[in-house]
This record gives sequence, C-alpha cells and structure tokens, in this order.
Amino acid sequence: MRETLERIRSTAMEQLAAPNADLEQIRIQYLGKKGELTAVLRGMGKLSAEERPVIGQLANEVRADIEAAITAQAEKNAAAALEKKLVDERIDVTMPGVAPARGRRHPLAIIQHEMEEIFIGMGFQIAEGPEVEYDYYNFQALNIPENHPARDTQDTFYITENILLRSQTSPVQVHVMEEQRPPIRIISPGRVYRSDAMDATHSPLFHQLEGLVVDRGITMGDLKGMLELAAKQMFGEQTRIRFRPHHFPFTEPSAEVDVSCFACGGKGCRLCKGEGWIEILGAGMVHPNVLRNCNIDPEEYSGFAFGMGIERITMLKYHIDDIRHLYENDVRFLSQF
Amino acid sequence: MNLSRNWLADFVDVSDIENKAYCDRMTDTGSKVEGFEVLGEDIENVLVGRITSITPHENSDHLQICMLNVGGAEDVQIVTGAQNVFEGAIVPVALAPAKLPGDVVIKAGKLRGVASNGMLCSIGELNLTTHDMPGAIEDGILILDESFADKIGMDIREALMLSDSVVEFEITSNRPDCLSVIGLARETAVSFDRDLRIPTPAVKGVQDGDTVTNHITVAIDAPELCSRYTARVVKNVKIAPSPLWLRMRLRASGVRPINNIVDITNYVMLEYGQPMHAFDYACLDGSAIRVRRAAAGEQFMSLDDQPHTLDETMLVIADANKAVALAGVMGGANSEITEKTATVVFESANFMGSSVRVTAKKQGMRTESSARFEKGLDPENTLPAIQRACELVELLGAGDVVDGIIDLYPGKTEPTVLPLEPEKINYFLGVKLDGDYMADILRRLDCKVEGGMITVPSFRADLACMADIAEEIIRIYGYNTIESTSINAGITQGCRTPEQAYTEELHNALVGMGLYQIETFSFISPKFYDRIALPADSPLRRSVVISNPLGEDTSVMRTTALPSMLDVLARNKNFANENVALYEMATVYIPDEDAAKLPDERKQLTLGMYGDGVDFYRLKGVCENLLDLSGIRGARDVACGDDPTCHPGRCAKIMLADGSCAGILGEVHPTVARTYDLDNGTLIAALDFAVLFANRGGLVEYKPLPKFPASTRDFSFVCAEALEVGHIEEIMAKAGGRLVEDIRLFDIYRGPQIGEGNKSVSIRVTLRAADRTLTVEECDKAAAKIIAALDRELGIKLRG
Repeated sequence: MRETLERIRSTAMEQLAAPNADLEQIRIQYLGKKGELTAVLRGMGKLSAEERPVIGQLANEVRADIEAAITAQAEKNAAAALEKKLVDERIDVTMPGVAPARGRRHPLAIIQHEMEEIFIGMGFQIAEGPEVEYDYYNFQALNIPENHPARDTQDTFYITENILLRSQTSPVQVHVMEEQRPPIRIISPGRVYRSDAMDATHSPLFHQLEGLVVDRGITMGDLKGMLELAAKQMFGEQTRIRFRPHHFPFTEPSAEVDVSCFACGGKGCRLCKGEGWIEILGAGMVHPNVLRNCNIDPEEYSGFAFGMGIERITMLKYHIDDIRHLYENDVRFLSQF
Repeated sequence: MNLSRNWLADFVDVSDIENKAYCDRMTDTGSKVEGFEVLGEDIENVLVGRITSITPHENSDHLQICMLNVGGAEDVQIVTGAQNVFEGAIVPVALAPAKLPGDVVIKAGKLRGVASNGMLCSIGELNLTTHDMPGAIEDGILILDESFADKIGMDIREALMLSDSVVEFEITSNRPDCLSVIGLARETAVSFDRDLRIPTPAVKGVQDGDTVTNHITVAIDAPELCSRYTARVVKNVKIAPSPLWLRMRLRASGVRPINNIVDITNYVMLEYGQPMHAFDYACLDGSAIRVRRAAAGEQFMSLDDQPHTLDETMLVIADANKAVALAGVMGGANSEITEKTATVVFESANFMGSSVRVTAKKQGMRTESSARFEKGLDPENTLPAIQRACELVELLGAGDVVDGIIDLYPGKTEPTVLPLEPEKINYFLGVKLDGDYMADILRRLDCKVEGGMITVPSFRADLACMADIAEEIIRIYGYNTIESTSINAGITQGCRTPEQAYTEELHNALVGMGLYQIETFSFISPKFYDRIALPADSPLRRSVVISNPLGEDTSVMRTTALPSMLDVLARNKNFANENVALYEMATVYIPDEDAAKLPDERKQLTLGMYGDGVDFYRLKGVCENLLDLSGIRGARDVACGDDPTCHPGRCAKIMLADGSCAGILGEVHPTVARTYDLDNGTLIAALDFAVLFANRGGLVEYKPLPKFPASTRDFSFVCAEALEVGHIEEIMAKAGGRLVEDIRLFDIYRGPQIGEGNKSVSIRVTLRAADRTLTVEECDKAAAKIIAALDRELGIKLRG
C-alpha cells in the first residue's frame, strides 16, 4: 500500500508538472470521491492496527502534498493569466481624450470679471444703470451743459432731444450719488455708445468700467494709491503708474493714467510703441459741481472717479489687433480664451 | 494746434531744450503733445546759387548746361532740362550728393555725356507751393529774386527759412487760450521757469487828421451774442504777398499764405488766439456794420462760395443791407479781400461760444475761427489782437492805419476772485506745499495773488473754484510727485448683488455645459425683425429708434436678441465651424408708451446651437439644467406651434409653476433658417432673465435619504404619436398618488409592427414610502390605479 501511495504521489506530481495540466481533472482523479487516493483510504480498513496509523499518516501527507501542489499551480496559472490579460489590454495612451464640451466666457467678459473681482476685493460694489439715458445724466449733471464743446469729443447717438445712448458709464455715478449717501465705493461696468464708424480700433459700441469713491477726506493721493493697487493686480506686481494732466468736465484735477508696459516692463516695445508706458484710463477728483448736482456738499465730502475702456485693456492684454474680432464671435477666436 | 518753435522764440527762450524734452515737460504740465516734426530735415546740401553761364547741350535739344556760382572758388556744372532758367538767375542748387524731400537722393552723373554735379530745384522738389513762394511756377526752376543776391552759397533752408520745429498740441476744450502761440508761450515759460516777454503792439497810425468814425459806424443789435466788437480801418491798402518770414510761419502752422491782409488776420489768430476778419470796405453798404441776428431764411454766400440759409438763432455781421459775415464762423464772398481792395475794415470781436458752435454745426462748416470761439474766448483779447494786426500792417507796409479804434464792449464782466486756501488744497491733493510756492505758480500763470485772494486772468474762464486752483498748482508741481495713499475711511462691503451673483452662476453653468459666450451689438436693423419672421403687427417691432444712426444696420435698439444670435450662428457656419453652441446674456430695450420716458432694459438669455447630436432635447437639457441650478421646480415645456421664428412642431414654451413663461426654445423654422443660410436643425432659445431670477429657489433644504427600499413598475404601451409623453406622465403621477417618487421615460420605439402614426412608450414608475417598505399588494394597487387611469383618460391599453 505504501508503494501505491508513493506511486500516486509521483504520478500526480508528474501530471501537475505537465504544461496545460487540467487542475480540476487531476483533483477529481486523485482526491475526488471516486479518486485514486480516496480509494486507497477506503481500503485502510483492511490494514493491521499497527500499519493503519502509519499508512494513514502517509496517505494524509500525500493528500496534502497533492492539494498544495494543485493550489500552487492554480495560483501560478492565475498569475500568468492576469499577466497575459494585462498585456492584451494595453491601450494607446497617446490617442486623443474624449472631453466633455467646455464652453468659454467672452474675452471682454473675462477681463471685466477680473476687474470686478479686483475692485470687489477693495470694498467696491457693482452699480448698474440704463444704457438708454437722459441727456441730464450723461452730460448736464456731469458738468457738461448743452452746447459745451466737450460734447464734441463724444459723438453721441440720440433717441430724442433729451434721450440718448449713454456715451460713457459716468451717468451711473450720478444715479448712485442721487440714491446713496457717502461712503460710496462703486464700480460700474457696461456698454457705451459713440457715433464712430467701425474700424480696427473703433466701434460704435464698447464697454467701459467706471469707478467712484466719495467720502470725507478722500484725496488725490488716495486715487493714486487705489489705481496703483488695481494696476498691480491687473498687470502684475512690477507695474507702475503715471499721471498726466488732462481735462474732463466732471473731474478736477483730471488725469490720464498710464501703466508701465506689462509686455516689456517699461523698456519700450511694439505694444507700447517704444514709450514704455501705455495709456489705460482717465481719472480725477470729482468736480464739486457734480457733487453739488447730486446734493452732496463738496465742502464736507470729496471723491475720485476713474474710467477705463474694457476693449482697450482686453486688446492690450491678449494682443488683439482688431476690435472687430470681439464682436464677430467667430468660435475659432472665442476658443482661444 | 501746431506750434512753430521759431515763433515761440519771440516770447520765451527755450532754445536750449531739445524737442523731445520740450514735448515731455509740456505734456507733464498739462499741454498734451501729440508729436513734433522737424521741418527742413529732409533737405540736405541744397544751396543758393547764381547761374553764371548757360550753353546748349550738343546731344540734346532740350537740355542746357549751366555753370553756377554756389559761393565756392569754382563754378559748378549742372545740366538741366528746365526752360525758365537764364544767365544771372538765382536758383536753389542741390549740390551732389544732396537730399530732397520724399527721400530723393541727388548724385553726380552724366546726362547724355555731359557731367552734371547736381540739380536745380523747383518749388515742388523743395516741398513748397505757389502759396509759400508767390510768383514761382510749378513746372520750372524756382527763380529767387535779387534780395537773395547776398545769400549765394547759403543753405537753402536758412535762405528760405525752412528750418523749424513744429510741435503738435492736443489742447483740451477748457483751454482755448492755448490755441495760440502766446498761450503756449505762457505755458512754456511756467513749465520751464523762464521769462515770458509779450510786447504790447505799437501802432503809429497815419496821423493825417482822419479818424475811423469818418469811415464806419458799428452797432451791436444782439449784445447777448456779442460781448465786444472792436474795429479799425486801414486805407491805401496795397495787396501783395506777405514777406517770407511771415509766410514760413504760417506754413509751419499749417495755414496757407494768401496775401498780406488775409495773412495778417491768420497770423494774429494764431499768435493771439483771437480770430480776426478783414472786410473790403468798398463792399459795405452804408459804411456801416451791424451785429445782428439773421432773419429767418436769410441767404448768405460764404467766401468759399457755399450758399447758406440762416435762421434767427444765428448771428451775422451785416452792413446796411446784407449779411457780410457769419459771426465767428466765416466771412462772406460779397466782402472778400481781393487784389483791388483799397480800404480794409479789421474786425476783432467776441462772440458767444455756444451760439457760434450751434451755427457752425448747423451750417456744417467748422473753421479755425469757430473752433476757437465755441470754447469761449477772452473778450479782453480783442483790442491787443487788432492792435497787433495794425502793427503788422505798418510793419509790412500794407497800408495806412486810420487813427482811432471803434470798441463796443457791452458784455464787460468783473474778473473772478477766489480765495487761496493752501491748507484745503494740500489736504485735497494729498501733498504738503507752501502757500507762497502756490502763490508763485499762480502769479506765473498771470493770476494776481494779494491778501490771500486770487484774481483770475480774463483768459482763464476755466478757473472757478478751489479744485481748479489745486489742479493749476499740482500740474506745474508735478502730478507724479503725489504720494500714493490708502483711503482713510469707513469700511465698505464689496460684493455682488443677488442678481449679479445669479448672473455669474448662469454664466458658469452655461460655460460648464460647453457653450461659448458671445457679445453682439445692441442696435440692429429693423429689417432683422423680418428675417426672424415677426408678424407685421408684432409688438416687438416697436423699437427705440436712434435719430442719428451710423447706418440702417445699427439704427434701432433690439427688442429681441434672437436675430443677433442667428446672425452669429450663420457667420460661424459660413466660417465652416462645426458643432457650435453659443449663448448671450443680452440686453433688450422695450420702449415705453411715453416716448419721453426711458425704455425698459431687460436681460434676455439667448442660446443657439447646431452640429453633431444637436436636437431639441439637447437644448432642452441645457434649459432644464439652468432651471435646476436656479432651484426652479415644476416647470413644464408646452408645445408652441405659433412662434414665427421656430418650427411649429418643434418648439416649446417653458411654463413655470406660477404660470409665468420663462422663455421659448425650439428648432429654427426652415424658412427663417433659409434667410440666414443656416441648416435645418439649428436650435435656439430665448429666456427671460427677470422671470428666472424672480422664480429662483431659496436656500436648499436637505431631505433625509430614504430608509426604506423603492419598488419599480414598468409600463409599456402603444399610443398615438400625437399623445405627449408629458401628458401621459402627468396622468400616471396623479393616479399613482403619494407613493410615486419618480416617473421616467426609458424607451420610445416606432416601427412597422407598431403601426403608422403610433409609438411604443416604456415608462418606469418608482414607488416608495418614507416610513415603511411597501408591500407587493400596495405596489400592485398603485400600478392598477395607473393602468386604470391610462385606460380611462387616454384609452391606452398596456402591451402584452
């Protein structure tokens, strides 16, 4: 019987070692209910009392060995199968991705939003006003009486004698000051209209962003400080600003404000036309007449205002050479931002 | 304003300052410089020469060989084709190598075998005109007169006074005083801390016992439009060209020389900023000048031979019978200075700015004169200006100045006096300047400062309050010396309003769903309403109309942004862009019944898309997402067969629970698509922002997750194609009662076995109770109710 057991062990092992061995078939052949080893164990009753434990132990050993060998081979097979599966499942990772559609904000909106965030961070609220506006708000309240030559610089679309398309966002200042008492700290972005034929640098419709601060003790130094801060956030930490005297009827003193060229840092380049500076906005201390028109006492309060063209800043920042791109809405253009 | 630096040097010496530095400093102190031009720079090695001999060219019948004395030891040989040269003529000689305007280079060479060492120049070749050089011809060599005899060998730029620098200023409308050489000289002097010398014009007068009143009377009938009128008479006038120096100054300033009298009026306007006019005395009927309003319909021919019809708002200068000038704008053809003029009346007057502006605008003739008057000129300036004109008459020998001045001044006003408040100014500007320093700057600007009070000069009407004075001081001291400070004031909350925040949410959602934002014009053509097939009686056709549009395409304010969206879709299709999905947060302008009131400006969100996989349901999904993020529940899409822009079978109104309509979505009507050259299957939507905003949900309130399992029941049936799934779902929901958690269409099928005009619909109903697991009996009961309702209400029998 011992020999039978040893033979079973060795043939089982042989079978298991063969390539593509059918593990289940081997298990059934030796360990199954009708298996060879099971048959041996059944014949144990015929053995003597002395032999029984010895052969029993051997039989158990053989059984354990075969079981272990089957398990080991099964694991090996599984590992090999996995290996093969992984190799077979290899994909070409350089093929293009399948992206969900991604939309875009319009470049003007991106810049406007950026500026809004900057000023909101400095305690500003966003004020809105009508685009179809009374002459009073667009001109008269802003210290530009009828037949004032300053009206020439803003060729205006009229609806009726007293109603026009606002030529600037400044009328919102007046609305705010009429409705709100200082402290006032608002920006007002929006569409404005001027009777300029469309070309590479002009559009009869464009966007401005206006700012207004009114409180006790507001100084021109404060105006400079605030614009400097905003410019640094908009164009980078290195940005400097420069004031040039100018004239706006609704501010006094008035200034045109340049920022150091953000493309060359002020050395002079194509963007800044070699000047090192780029004109970016107009600003000044709110004219006492404007405060008075809104029932704010200029003896008690002072303020500053500033305004900039969103198209201009957008075009400078993205190096856009033709304003018409902004209103053509070609997705090949829009998809770049 | 073009400023000749040669001219400027008459009043202030800044000859040591380079053009660039001059321009930069002037800009810094408030006189903005647009640029500068160095005149004569483009001419090199052109000398004054005298022709000593002329011999014919052997090999040519039109060339001549000239020998020229150009100041050197030896004469120079030049071959010329010009026929107007003669021995002894003084001519400009471009001595090779030489440079002429237009980047012309003159080199030595041979002309038909004869050496030529340069070229004789015409006026054109020196960039001069017959106005600059009266008597010269255009198609020949410039022959200079014998006054140049002592200038042989001299650089032509010096001989013809061509060298100058011209600075172009952009003068703001508040500073008409700077539209003059003297005004800019004053700014120059204060900017560079130099002395300013403005001589008082000295007129000798003819002193023959004659006086101006023997010749003319002046009356101002409309003093409200003419605050001052000053006149002088010049007799024995000899009309002639002005001298070279005067012509060259006018040329540098961009004004064409005409003759001595006209040139003097222009010269004085440029120098003093006071527009002048000269009348031919012989043309003044009744030897009288009346400053009066025009009669309605009065006819007037301006000296540029343009006819004008006038009205009573306009001021004219008239004689006893007729208008001879449109005050402050242009003189009349009927009293123009001509070669024959023997006696001249000079006018130096002050007209009301706004009146001149309106008149010039109405007549469409903005002139150098009206551009100055409209900004409001200094009435004190009329007298010095007319004196300067008469001084020039005497200097030029252009006539005899009759003694006496007519000077009517009904509008004389007191000068403005303001307090000098250094403390306030320092506080306002954020600087610390000494009061004496401020006073010093103001004095250099011709203010009188005494006892803390500032008397403003008459030419500075723009100085009227403390802020104005502050600007004067800081612009000279330097804007950029102001130190940046932080606002020292109460805290303010920076934030967006709920409406603005909601707008941002919509933008983010739309971009997240793959749509591109567009920006289109708010004004459109009224024809656009036709293109979207709006019926003739549609209230949307009533738009805010621009009275002075650039063109029809931008002539009305849109009442709907759909045409703009369709336009952009069409443009993108035309550019062969595939798969386009766009949105615009547009404003539309709904006019008020009362035209004197402002229109209602409403936000309209338009959507548009075409391309792969784009159909009604894709766009509907976008709209549903927007409603969902807005917390708007219970919205229903209702088929809309009567929208003119959309396909009648593929269009829906979005109806909200409260019955309001949030907008419309649908496929573009094939007819409309054709007018835009769009493919069928292009989708558009227009949502009313205000309705969305008003109906948006409040704060989200969390609902506990279900503790008990759900059961589902699937219903499949065949029904008529026309029956709407939405309607079926409504009936099922109602019949199923409170246990219904969700109703979802999961399959729809059409095919021959279903039958023409039918569809097979499969709907899954999810049933759940919050407090228990539903029993099979409960679920079956609900399902039975649903089946009964389908049968009862719609005649639907379940399949299988």
